[in-house]
Amino acid sequence: MHLKEKPVLEVKHLSVRYGEGCEACRSSLEKNRCPVCGTVWAANDISLEVYHGEVLGIVGESGSGKSTLMRCLYLDIEPTGGSAFFKDYKSGRTSIWDVSAAEKRRVRNHLMGMVYQNPILGLRMDFTSSANIAEKLIAAGERDAGAMTGRATELLEAVEIPSSRMKEPPRVFSGGMQQRVQISRALANHPSLLLLDEVTTGLDLSVQAKVLDLIRKIRAKYGVSILLVSHDLAVIRMLADRTVVMLDGKIVESGLTDQILEDPQHAYTQQLVHSLI
Amino acid sequence: MDNNYNYAFLDEGSKREIRRASLKAVAIPGYQVPFGSRELPIGRGWGTGGIQLTLSLIGPGDVLKVIDQGSDESVNAVNIKKFVGLTTDVKTTVKTEEATIIQTRHRIPETPMKEGQILVLQVPMPEPLRIVEPREEITKKMHAEGDYSPMWLLLYESLIRYGRITVASEYPCLVEGRYIMNPSPIPKFDNPKLDGADCLFLFGAGREKKIYAIPPHTRVIPLAFDDVPFEKESFPGRRCRLCGSGGTYLDELFDSATGEKYYQCSDTSHCQEVRGCI
Repeated sequence: MHLKEKPVLEVKHLSVRYGEGCEACRSSLEKNRCPVCGTVWAANDISLEVYHGEVLGIVGESGSGKSTLMRCLYLDIEPTGGSAFFKDYKSGRTSIWDVSAAEKRRVRNHLMGMVYQNPILGLRMDFTSSANIAEKLIAAGERDAGAMTGRATELLEAVEIPSSRMKEPPRVFSGGMQQRVQISRALANHPSLLLLDEVTTGLDLSVQAKVLDLIRKIRAKYGVSILLVSHDLAVIRMLADRTVVMLDGKIVESGLTDQILEDPQHAYTQQLVHSLI
Repeated sequence: MDNNYNYAFLDEGSKREIRRASLKAVAIPGYQVPFGSRELPIGRGWGTGGIQLTLSLIGPGDVLKVIDQGSDESVNAVNIKKFVGLTTDVKTTVKTEEATIIQTRHRIPETPMKEGQILVLQVPMPEPLRIVEPREEITKKMHAEGDYSPMWLLLYESLIRYGRITVASEYPCLVEGRYIMNPSPIPKFDNPKLDGADCLFLFGAGREKKIYAIPPHTRVIPLAFDDVPFEKESFPGRRCRLCGSGGTYLDELFDSATGEKYYQCSDTSHCQEVRGCI
């Protein structure tokens, strides 16, 4: 799909290592750790593309590098190597990891929205829900309070939080509602890419279903591309068009979601799929 | 003057260092310049930043005025005047227009400041972003990158919760379109006096070891949203009980005998001048 189209996001050879690295790191890693120098490769030569309007799922066990990838993309951490190009940023010619801190902030606020697994990381729990959304707008340069309140109302209603509750802080909301506030905040500046990091983990099944349904609606309504990290294959099956499987900081398999789940090729993917069915 | 002390108490090296920091502050309006805050015979937090600035600048030809919350006769103002008098031979005054250096806490005089005058403000907390970010390394980065979103967010939150911006003093200002600055705990009534003024404003924080400045004719704009303009305090229909002035910053007081509320000019020397007492 979309093969002739320029991707919204293109990641090339992303590496994140914790340690100095050595010659032996190239050939003899044990899982993601070098036996000679002890360097841990949290992400090792990851390349992927996300196309307009698609949902790309990322699955893998804990420690496989899923969240590291997300945190690099959201510019929370600095990668050791590699580049990431956004179609809407300097016509996709400059890597977002090679620009100044101020530019990175601009990229983060204009091009992306992030929903963390833990709402504490993504929300200011003591500020009103309205202010949580306005923060993204302020960061993007908006200085009209009325316009910000209008946008916050619109977005909160889109995630089914009534405007009567927009003056309440997220700390008084349930886990599902907090995730919905995070989603509305992430959408504030019409981003071209949403990063969803285990958004349904820790929610009970009925709330999970609501959040997943909401993500589907948002994708249809806003046409936003989504990078979805999950270790729950049911979530991936429900939402993702394509899926990549990560293990020990590397991508071991990628393809259409149906193909990955119905006909897994890599031993780890087979184990993963069979352990859940 | 007591000749057992060095002129203006501080040693010459210290005064020179403080003046250098002040010059740097003048060169970069609104930027907080670190300096080696000296020990004084006054506790930190009692205006030592302002006093060090005053002592580093003062010379035989100067006339000093000291005000504390608008009053020339408060204990703090009187003691600072005594201390400076003990170590220098400068004249002191209560008249704003006579003074060359005015050291103040919490107020800017009602009488407009002139070219050549220096207003030294005592600052307890120089970092305007401290209220939104406790870590010094992060606030430094925020200033460097001009990332003031959290401060705007705080104002927006106040607007959403209370329907208006409730910050009454230490109202953040943008200096010359670059740095957000804490104008010290002056009421926001005084904020407009900082903009395009003819005098030099110096801000000293002794405990926090920072000096910053607003040179004459500098743009100092209080933060405000496009659709919610900055509003200073107003006292509609109120006048000073003593001088009858309206349009000045008024203190709200209660008559201890009758319990009746009345208003009085916060700037005592201005009030006395209007009444012809000085």
